Amino acid sequence: MSNNNGGYSSNNYMRLIFPSRPANVAFARVAIAAFATQLPFTLEEIDEIKVATSEAVSNCVIHAYPDSVGLVEINAEIDSGLFRLSIKDTGVGIADLDAAKLPSYSTNPERMGLGLVFMDSFMDSLSIETAVGRGTTAIMEKKPSNPAPDDQDQAQDVYEP
Amino acid sequence: MKLQLEKVGRTLVVRISGDLDLESAPAFRDKIDNVLTEYEMINKLVLNLAEVNFVDSSGLGAILGRYKKMRSRGGFMYLTEVEPSVSKVFELSGLFKIIPLEHTNEDSAI
Repeated sequence: MSNNNGGYSSNNYMRLIFPSRPANVAFARVAIAAFATQLPFTLEEIDEIKVATSEAVSNCVIHAYPDSVGLVEINAEIDSGLFRLSIKDTGVGIADLDAAKLPSYSTNPERMGLGLVFMDSFMDSLSIETAVGRGTTAIMEKKPSNPAPDDQDQAQDVYEP
Repeated sequence: MKLQLEKVGRTLVVRISGDLDLESAPAFRDKIDNVLTEYEMINKLVLNLAEVNFVDSSGLGAILGRYKKMRSRGGFMYLTEVEPSVSKVFELSGLFKIIPLEHTNEDSAI
């Protein structure tokens, strides 16, 4: 695959809006992972972005709109080699954000309460803006660990969809 | 996600393929629990994850739920053939500390 301008330095963005249905969790993580591959992420890093996206969208489905279907809006951006992801709902909001960040904060025995832990661990940064009755936005950033896509030895690890 | 369930003596072997997430977790739970309810003699559950390439916290929760169910009826559960692409979520969750991954292949787990 040849690329005259190096490709990876180009800035880019995308927006996805979809209803908070469980079937859209897989759709969202696959779409976001495909977009993220415009940066030289390794396969492992792409898997981490998939998990983080899956957790954030699952939170919208389960928690933001517990008794209804609402809209989830994802904005993804590539900005000077940095991948920035914002996942927004206009649902119920989080009353106690500090408690929600604790591992195993879950009201359901079939759930592990690890969603925010995975988002925080698998991305370089996570910030959450929330207001009860207004909704929640999770903003995450990640930079490829290998910023030199023209390095032939390491380029083999880069995910090609 | 697809599930293949096979009863071998008192062991239930479940081969999972596809993604284990919020959408697929309920079917995973219900299909396994139905067999466990029908056959009370089953005392070992083996989950073969060779064909699973994505697991998130919803998937982990469903796996942990089956482990708790097996323990509550005096049985055991084993995981086999966990792919590198999903092992990180298991490690980070601490689930490997609870659920044994003693066997790398299904036959030795049965």
